[in-house]
Amino acid sequence: MTDPLTVKNLTVAYQKSPVLKDISFRVPEGKLIGIIGPNGAGKSTLIKAILELIPSITGEVEIFGDSYKNTRKRVGYVPQRESVDWDFPTDALDVVMMGRYGHLGWFKRPDKKDKAYALKCLQQVGMSQYANRQISQLSGGQQQRVFLARALAQDAELYFMDEPFVGVDAATEKAIITLLMKLKEQGKTVLVVHHDLNTVKEYFDWIMLLNVNLIGIGPTEELFTKEFLQKTYGGSLAMLDANSSPIIVSPR
Amino acid sequence: MNHVWIILIGALVGSSCSMLGCFLVLRKMSMIGDAISHSVLPGIVIAFLISGSRDSLVMMFGAAAIGLVTVFLIQMFQNSGVQSDASIGVVFTALFAVGVVLISLYTRQVDLDLDCVLYGEIAYAPWDTLHVGGHSIGPKAVWGVGASFLLNVLVISLFFKQFKISTFDPALAAALGIPVVFFHYLLMGLVSISTVASFESVGAILVVGMIIVPAATAYLLTDKLSTMIVISVLLSIISSVLGYYIAFLLDASIGGTMVVVAGVLFLIALFFSPKGVRHHVKFSHGA
Amino acid sequence: MNWISVFADPNTQWILFGSMLLGLSSGVIGCFAYLRKQSLMGDALSHAALPGVCLAYMVTGTKSIFFFLLGAILAGILATVSISYITRNTRIKQDSALGIILTVFFGVGIVLLTQIQHSHSGNQSGLDKFLFGHAASMIQQDVYTIAGISVVLVALCILFFKEFKLLSFDQGFAKGIGLPTILLDQFMMLLMVTAVVIGIQAVGVVLMAALLITPAVAARYWTEKLHVMVLVAGIFGAISGFVGTIASSMVNNLPTGPLIVLAATVLFIISVLFAPNRGIVAKAKLRGSVKSDFKTVAHQGVKEKSL
Repeated sequence: MTDPLTVKNLTVAYQKSPVLKDISFRVPEGKLIGIIGPNGAGKSTLIKAILELIPSITGEVEIFGDSYKNTRKRVGYVPQRESVDWDFPTDALDVVMMGRYGHLGWFKRPDKKDKAYALKCLQQVGMSQYANRQISQLSGGQQQRVFLARALAQDAELYFMDEPFVGVDAATEKAIITLLMKLKEQGKTVLVVHHDLNTVKEYFDWIMLLNVNLIGIGPTEELFTKEFLQKTYGGSLAMLDANSSPIIVSPR
Repeated sequence: MNHVWIILIGALVGSSCSMLGCFLVLRKMSMIGDAISHSVLPGIVIAFLISGSRDSLVMMFGAAAIGLVTVFLIQMFQNSGVQSDASIGVVFTALFAVGVVLISLYTRQVDLDLDCVLYGEIAYAPWDTLHVGGHSIGPKAVWGVGASFLLNVLVISLFFKQFKISTFDPALAAALGIPVVFFHYLLMGLVSISTVASFESVGAILVVGMIIVPAATAYLLTDKLSTMIVISVLLSIISSVLGYYIAFLLDASIGGTMVVVAGVLFLIALFFSPKGVRHHVKFSHGA
Repeated sequence: MNWISVFADPNTQWILFGSMLLGLSSGVIGCFAYLRKQSLMGDALSHAALPGVCLAYMVTGTKSIFFFLLGAILAGILATVSISYITRNTRIKQDSALGIILTVFFGVGIVLLTQIQHSHSGNQSGLDKFLFGHAASMIQQDVYTIAGISVVLVALCILFFKEFKLLSFDQGFAKGIGLPTILLDQFMMLLMVTAVVIGIQAVGVVLMAALLITPAVAARYWTEKLHVMVLVAGIFGAISGFVGTIASSMVNNLPTGPLIVLAATVLFIISVLFAPNRGIVAKAKLRGSVKSDFKTVAHQGVKEKSL
């Protein structure tokens, strides 16, 4: 059984300074993993480098024991919500249908089956009544759910999600995390860039601590400690006492 | 008959430009369309000097190649840290200047009027006919522009899915394995070919106008990409028909009037469309 | 050589002087336009100026630069107001709004121009020079006006340097400390329109954008300080004006505008290639060294710990 994701010696640099330095890790199947670290730690960059959206200087990435080129159909990706123009002339269902494009190949158009599948995905995120709504008319949380439904439509086994919880309402956050846990139970692997340290223990069974260097990756109860977090966040982390949630104090 | 030919040329130019324009407007690349339509000029002149005629395929592809070079240069300067609109401005003015200098230097060899370059002479287009076996088969411009129109229809309908997703969400498109860069240059290549085909009869300004204005108007009228393309094509046809008759009545520049009519249609959509000014609600998308 | 004859001719001396001042003032103003991410606004303004200039000619019947200026300023204000209105109130983005205004205004201008050509036969000869510019056709009176306006433009930029700098860098903060940002915004636009109108005489409508942008972008490569950038852009503009005008007067039949623009482009290419730190050559050297650094680090990493 090959691991869903193996990364060896990944280094990414813009200009002079490295954004990611010599990152190596392995991810086993069926884990819900939070990628955690301060601003500028390279969390989104890591995902983009793995998906070959940006070039890396060194490093090897294996997905299910093969190159990403050959395993694209088994990988789902949810970019940051701000990365697209929500004024685009299209509706929610159509966006979800875009998740099917990878399976369709070059010239085939999405058919009834794809449409039905997309509708099912919208249903899973509780958005089926908004299927024909123009996407700019959706709230931030609803837009995020549409993105998630699109990732479901990709029907993948390994998911990358870039800050799915940013700027969404509490109901959406709950709906998303419920769905992610369900994916995990189905044996799928999900990596999530996450900001809110207060919910880490509740949401993720594994975490990856990142700050240009890889600080650690493993079960949450082992790594989510004062010691490791201080190593990750440096001076900007304050913990009032051992039992309370950590608070990030921005150095600025 | 000449009325019909001129309107047909205008409508074909409008349709092929506005259909590409929809994607440019949505990609926030309208001004790249402007840049290409100016910078193909040296390509046209050089191809003219080499082949000695104005209607060879060589000229079409030579100029289209310059269009791609324009896009590449803009991208290159952008990557080296120049703001995108500044790099557009630097590149297209430089290439346009080269074109104007070449025309001035080789006035006798190049039968291109500088004013024509800007606002065209669609009025004379019907007289420049294409002959096959001694029979006239209609104005050359109709065939050239018609061919580029068909090419655009073909490519866009074949790759509609790919153009759509790489316009809406290039990151996801790339992750899905769609060659985003290839489609970017394919689109730019189509813009270049359409510009070159339309250039002489209608001039740079009508080309740019027809790329941006009907597409932006259609953007105010619908929430569906395929509908937006259809509407923009219809608007550009209306603009050329109305524009021609108004220009005929006023004895004014035909290309100029067609753009003005497109502008008036935009103004109407701006104030009266449900997605225009009065009903526009901007949702804040959070942080 | 006809170099000497070129310099000896007092008329040419005046034209040279005029084009240099033109280049200088548009280079200086272009810096602020560039930093405010309004590089193509100059393009839009110069195209939008055409209907204003044509209307001014139709109303007054004279080719007076002052009336042209007035017409162009009114058209320019209408254009900028329309662009920001469309951007703010619809889903259409800045670039398309700019493109719409640019082409439609220019279309109106072309329609008016053909009207003038058809009705005032013979008297319009100077007006079509507006499309491509022709510095050699400037008479001494024009040069006086251009020189005067250029000096005023540069002086105003020096006088309001501090305010313009803040406005370009952080409009929100400028408003916070009590600067009348809307007024300053309009004032800067006014300066740009003025530069455009006097510049059109020399380089024409289409290429006016280059006179504003190209020297500014080239100057940005050489320095990280605004006042140096403004100075360098001004000098680049002046050199372009000088070289372009000389070249145009030496070769028959060549319009001045494209030559001035090409001179500016050559300066730009030199800057892109050879500027310290930001130039391609300097960057390539830097990148090469960084890459090899990381490669060695990574290799050591592999040796030290293997998975």
